[in-house]
Formats: sequence, structure tokens, C-alpha cells
Amino acid sequence: MSDEVLRVKDLRVHYRTNSGPVRAVEGVSFNLSKGKRLGLVGESGSGKSTTALALMRLLNPPGRIEGGQILLGDVDLAKLSEEGMRRVRFSQVSLIPQGAMNSLNPVMRIREQFVDTMSAHDQRLSKKEADNRVAELLHQVGLRHEVARMYPHELSGGMKQRVCIALAITLQPKLIIADEPTSALDVVVQRQVMETFGQAQSALDAAVILVGHDMGLMAQFVDRLGVMYAGKLVEMGPVEDIFREPLHPYTQMLIQSLPSLEGKRFFKGIPGVSPSLLNPPPGCAFHPRCQMAIPRCSTEMPELREIRPGRWAACHLVEVRP
Amino acid sequence: MAAQLKARSRRFRFPELDLTLVIGIGILLAILLFALVGPSFFDPKSTNVGAFPPRLTPSGDHWLGTDAQGRDVLAALTYATPQTLKIGFLAGIVGLGIGVILGLVSGYFSGVVDTVIRTATDVLNTIPGIALLVVIATMMRSMTVELMALIIAALAWRYPARAVRAQTLTLRERAYVQVAKLNGVGGLEIIIKEVLPNLLPYIAASFVATVSQATLSSIGLEALGLGPQNTLTLGMMIYWAQFYSAILRNMWWWWAPPIVVIILIFVGLLFTSSGMDQLVNTRLRRIE
Amino acid sequence: MTSLLEARHLTKEFSTGAFLQKKKMVALENFGMTILAEKPTIIAVAGESGSGKTTLARLLLGIIRPSEGEILYQGKPLTSMSGEEWKTFRREVQAIFQDPFEVYNPFYKVDHVLTTPVAKFHLANSKTQVRELIENSVRAVGLRPEETLGRYPHQLSGGQRQRVMIARALVLKPRIILADEPVSMVDASLRATILESLLTLKQERGISLLYITHDLTTAYQLSEKIVVLYQGRVVEVGDVEWVIKQPKHPYTQLLVNSIPLPDPKSRWGGKPITQTTEELGSRIAKGCQFANRCPLKMPKCLESEPPLFQVNPNRGAACWLYEHAPTTESTRMLDTMPASSTTV
Repeated sequence: MSDEVLRVKDLRVHYRTNSGPVRAVEGVSFNLSKGKRLGLVGESGSGKSTTALALMRLLNPPGRIEGGQILLGDVDLAKLSEEGMRRVRFSQVSLIPQGAMNSLNPVMRIREQFVDTMSAHDQRLSKKEADNRVAELLHQVGLRHEVARMYPHELSGGMKQRVCIALAITLQPKLIIADEPTSALDVVVQRQVMETFGQAQSALDAAVILVGHDMGLMAQFVDRLGVMYAGKLVEMGPVEDIFREPLHPYTQMLIQSLPSLEGKRFFKGIPGVSPSLLNPPPGCAFHPRCQMAIPRCSTEMPELREIRPGRWAACHLVEVRP
Repeated sequence: MAAQLKARSRRFRFPELDLTLVIGIGILLAILLFALVGPSFFDPKSTNVGAFPPRLTPSGDHWLGTDAQGRDVLAALTYATPQTLKIGFLAGIVGLGIGVILGLVSGYFSGVVDTVIRTATDVLNTIPGIALLVVIATMMRSMTVELMALIIAALAWRYPARAVRAQTLTLRERAYVQVAKLNGVGGLEIIIKEVLPNLLPYIAASFVATVSQATLSSIGLEALGLGPQNTLTLGMMIYWAQFYSAILRNMWWWWAPPIVVIILIFVGLLFTSSGMDQLVNTRLRRIE
Repeated sequence: MTSLLEARHLTKEFSTGAFLQKKKMVALENFGMTILAEKPTIIAVAGESGSGKTTLARLLLGIIRPSEGEILYQGKPLTSMSGEEWKTFRREVQAIFQDPFEVYNPFYKVDHVLTTPVAKFHLANSKTQVRELIENSVRAVGLRPEETLGRYPHQLSGGQRQRVMIARALVLKPRIILADEPVSMVDASLRATILESLLTLKQERGISLLYITHDLTTAYQLSEKIVVLYQGRVVEVGDVEWVIKQPKHPYTQLLVNSIPLPDPKSRWGGKPITQTTEELGSRIAKGCQFANRCPLKMPKCLESEPPLFQVNPNRGAACWLYEHAPTTESTRMLDTMPASSTTV
């Protein structure tokens, strides 16, 4: 029985518009093992959030999975029926969506939100059992059991987010996907929420995919990092490796543009604008902004190749080292 | 890069025009045509009392027969419809205009001005319109079409004032209003240049609602006998029909046609309003 | 040295609740700061939500009035300015806001935010002059007029929109710009470019900047001095090099420790945080506001609020741990000492 929880192969997601397909995700592949944390980092339009939604089959039309496989164990989620997927959601794979704290039902007490989730998955518990379970879940995220009787608006942003984490682990899923879980939170609360999330995840030994744009947060939390640009994975590997020796020019420039506390220095931004996903540039999508581009970059799309064991990069300039 | 920006630049991407909207506008245009062109087919004298022998059933000479007072019903219909439309539109426009101005001012400036306007609006809003209209109408010695429009407008502003005020309160807090202040723009100019343009879709949609309401009120008043006695409107035709017991006498060609036209007007207005709602919401979503 | 913008004992209270249950909430207390005319400077105001930094911005812009204390521009209190003086103030003290989308009226093209101030402040005499002026300001922030002007807000990226807002501020030739979280809603790769433009504003045009943020890393890179706010109070103030590298106040230490450093080898240290401000309810009546979360609290902390102590020549901290030091005011900590770090 392999340790791998998720295998994504060549996932493609397009949005059909009047002007043609917007290629939001173009051939993304990765694997994830039990208990491990994968980060998907990228900017707006990179396709990271779309990937997260696609894994949960929560894409709204005109978005559609155009190809590829999402293998959870032996089951291909991309081809599962809606009913089958409904049973998978929350019980095997759960999602903490962007702005989750705003998606809590404002007219339901916290306790009801949990009961709602549990009964939607045919867990019939007596009132006492349900109360105990809710208290247990709240405790796991560091909240007092009195919170169960409150309404969402009575809680702060950080508390609401922790409720969302608790909701995501209610049915003990194997995989938790978190999409920018701390975007609206202050730095101190952010740390608290991420630490809570980490503890909850370890307790379950669940795998995690953290989607975001904050490289700092990725450095603090994940084991492996995938860098996305214009719908593709351009680099992937253990997070220390990527920070120590970024291979892809985009990753290099991204890390350089991060402000640091080391000492004062010049600001180094990445010139240009992000590419259109409707009419992406030919060849490598990053080449118009890349300072090391060679003629080949504008004609041939680089593939994601394993440069060293466990280290992948999609760039013509990076050679495979045996 | 410029080409990419151009590809993203479709601002007013018209959604497939809603069928409801198309039908609604179609009906209204048909009625408008009827109202504007219709009368030219008939001699105005055909609508006078005693023009023809009364109570004639529909025939080749009189497609809708004649009424108990000797009017050619079809001729009367073509003259009555524009009058009803006139009252509805006039009252609607004036009422909406007043409502929008009051709503904007009270919503943007707050304080005493707001309290005064708001209290007046709220108090008046609680009184059933028909009751007020009946009271005012009975105090008038003679009634004309214009007077009716004015009386109805005097109450039609209540609802828009409230609704526009609510919208203004929201829009006032928008960051771009803040930026306008930093740009040195003063209060009144902000209302006109920054807030009002964003209210336009909303105003357009509620214009249709206001006109419907005004038309309905006018017909109601007329049917009760408080309308202009000397002018023919759709409501007046119903009044006269009911006064001369057209239903009892089974003179369907007299009481039915005005009702049919009224129903068509309202269906047209309803469909247009609903269709516009869709359009407005899609636009708003796209812009924001 | 003449003072340009000065805040003296600035306090702002809000009352909430209905008739019989009016509660007072102190958003900002006893804040003082001076920006000098001769020395353009960049001061960071750091704090989390509820710290009072937004209230401070609104007070300094003249959008709201203080409950106590006053704000002076070029020596004149805002409340007693003539129409002319107010117009000058309005022009010379500008702002950039956080959300690069909400600041645009969706009804107009982006040119609107540039042409409006030119018209209102009579900065040009003919149509061509207006055009030239706005094109220059757009170029000054690193954008190309032909790609930016004439477009609607949703047609530009977040970074471009934010830069157009900076261009708007520039067109007025301000002397001070308040930037309220200008890059927090902008993509990481574009942030550096925008911060770069802000830095050049000071270096090339002598515009002073008040950089309001919760991101200590960018505050460190951009500014010379920093004020840390907690629940409306100044808890630490001084040279950014000192305050961030060797924070003295326990709250500042907490903030610095919580920064997610982009270095997998230095992960968050110390104990996991158990409680946050929000959970502990709002302001406490007596004593230091931070006491109930402070790992170093002493009995004295619960009894009275510490004043600002001058811990070393370069900074002050409001904490009873330093009561042996002389007391000072934030104003002094912000303007007299030259920046000790190498300026960029």
C-alpha cells in the first residue's frame, strides 16, 4: 500500500469564454504523500486557486476540467460522478476556501455548522455525541467549547478561520487543501492560525496542499514547494532546496524581490506584466519578462523535467544533472 | 502587450439579450405605436358623446361597436391610451426626479437635512397612497390630465427617495469618493459626478417601477370616479362603462378592450422591468 | 527647522451603542509626531487591525477631527485654517490607499483620477498642458501612457492601478504622502517596483512619506523611523534599524517573531501563541494594554499605564521594564535623531 495520497497527472482546466478558452491550468502534475505538506505558490492568474478548486471538482462553469487525472488512491476524481464526488468531499478531501471565514452561515450557530457537515455525510449522532464531537474539534483548534453556541459575527477573523479549519477536519479527511487561509489576517493571528492548522494536520496525519502567494508563509510551513506561472508548474522540490538554489528564472526573481530583514538594499521587482491566459506568449510563458531568455525560449515550450531526484524545473537553461 | 490589453478590454459585453426584456419592450413599443399613430385614423369627433347611435354591437363600421353614450369604442380607445400613458410617464418622471434628488441629498449630507427629509418620507410612506390620493382628488374642483399627473407625482417620489437614499449611503463610503475629496472635489460635485453615475442603472430600473405604479394609481383613481371628467382615458372608459352598467348589459365590447390594453401595458412594463433588472445586475457584477 | 506636519497629543475616541448604552472606544491616544519641512523622511506606522493606524491616517488627512489634541500644517492648526490655507493643505498632503480597485469609480476611465485634480487645483491652462502633465506623472511611476491612459480600471493589473494612484498623488506636487498599506493587495513581484517608486519620491522629489502597514519587513526596507502602535497607544518608536532588529517592547518582539521569514531554516520560534487580542475582548480599564498577553508582565503593569521611556538615544518603548530610563515623547524620537542606519 503506497504512501501516496494524491497523484495528479497532466491536469488541464480551461474557462470557455466568447473570445476563446482561457487556459487557467495547463498540464500540472505532482504527487503527494501521507502527512506531507505541499505548497503551491504563484501570483494572480498563475492557476493555483483553479487547481485547488479543480481537485475538489468545485469549478463553476464556464470552467471545466479539460483533461488529466486526479488520482486519490485508485479513484480518478476527475471522472467521478457528482454523487460520488459529494461523498468524497469533506470525508476524504476537504477544502478551506479563500475567504472561508465569510462563508460561514451567518444565521447558524457554530455548533449547527458542524452538525450540518456531519449529517450531510450520513453521520447520525445523538445530541450528546454531537456536542462532544464539536467540543473536541474546537479544542483541537484551540477554541473554548463556549464558541459552539456563538454566531459567526461574534467571533474575530482568526477565530472564524480556526472554525473553518475545525470544519475541514471534522470527518478526518486524508487530504486538506487550504487556499490562502490567512490572507485577511494580521501577522500575529496568521502565525497562530497556521500553527493551529499544522497541529490539527499532524494529529490526523493528513496531507496538506497550501495554496498562496506568500513565499514567507510557504517557507515557514511546507515541506515541498511548487511554483506556478501562467497555469504551469515551473519549479518543484523540497522547500529548503528551492530557497537555497532556485533554478527557474521566475523563482529566482521572485525570491530576490522579497523584502528581507537582513539589511537595507535595493528593491528588485520583476518588470513587465503577467501574461494573458487567453493568448499566452509562444514558447515559455515567462520569456517576455526573463532576463536570461535565449531565442529558443520564444519558440519552444520547456517541459518540467527532473533535474535531480526530487527537483523539477521547466526551463531550457537548466540542464539535467545525472 | 498592447494587443493583450485590447483583448481584455471588452467593457460592455452585452449578454444575450434576455427574452423577457425583448418581449417587454416589444409590447410597450406596440402600445406606443397604437397610442401615437392610432388617433390619426379616426376623426376626434367620433369620441364625442352622441356621435353615433349608442350600444351598437361590433360591425364593419364600428369594429368595437359603440358605447352607451354613442362613442365609437375603437376610436375612443386610440384617444384614451395616449392620455393614460401621458399621465403615467409624466407622474413617473416627475416623481422619480423628485425622489432621486431628495434621496441623494439626504443620503449624502446626513445631519439635519437627512433627518428632516427622511422623517417626511417615512411618515408619508406609511400612509396608503390611494387614501391620500382620494383625499386630495376630492378636494379638487375640476380635474385635468396634467393635474392628475401632478397629484400622483406628489406621492410617487416616496419610494424612490427611500431607495436612492439607501444606495447613496453605501456609495458615499466608497473609496473613490474619498479619493475625489483628496482631489479637491466638493460635496455637490461629488454627488453629481461620482455618486449619480453609479446610481444610473439602478434609477433606470426603478423608473419602470415608478411609471407602473403611477399608471396604476391613475387608473385606480379614475375608476373610482375621481378622474378628469371631460377627457377620455383608459381609466375613465372603465368608469363610464361601469357607470352605465355595461357588464350587466353584456356590452363586452365596451368594458373589455380598455382592460385588455391596460393588461398589456402592465405586462409590458413588468417584463421590461424584470429584464432590465437582469441587465443591470449583470452589468454591475461585471463592472465591480 | 520649520515643522511641516505636526500632530500634538492626538487622541480620538469613538462612542458606540445607542442612547443608554453609550460606550467609549479610544482609537488613538496621545500621539505626537513632527515632519520637518527641510528634511524629507519616511516614517513607518506599524500595527495590526485595531491599533489605530487607520484612524491616525484619517486624522492627519483631515477627514475626521480629533477628540483632543491638534494637527498643525505649516504651523497653522487645521481647525482654524482659512479657505486658501485649507486648499493648500489639501493639495500638499496626499494619500494612497490599500485597495487598488475600490479607489476607482468604475464609471470612468482611469484618466479621471488624474484630470480631476489638475482641473480642481488649476494646474494647467490648456488641454494640451493637461495631457502633458498627466502623461509625465504616469511616466514618472514607470508606466507607459499609451498603455495606461484611456483604459478602464478593470483593464489594468493591480500593480498598474496602484501606480496610477501614485501618479495621481504626484500630479499635485505634494510635500507629504500618506500611504496606507499600498502594496498589501498587490502581487509579490510587483510590490518591489511600487515600493521603489515610493522611495524615489523621497529621494528625487523630497516628498516625505508616512508608510502605514502591518508588514514589518517592507517597513524596515522603506523607512528610517518607525512607530509601533498597539490598541491606539505608541508602544515603541525610533530608528527602524533598532526597533526591528532589537525590539525592546514585548509587543514589538511578538510582532517581529511572527513574521514569516522567507527562509525555511528560520521557522517561527518560541512558544505557539495561545491567545490574541480579539479573544481577550477590548481595552482594559487600567494599566498597560498589552499586560494580559505579555509574557513579562509584572504587578505594576496592571495598575498603571507606562509612559514612553527613552531606552537609548535612538528609540523609546512604553514598558515598565525600562522605568529607570528618562521619559520622552514620540515626537522627539521621530524627528531629532538622524537615521543611524545607512540610508539607501
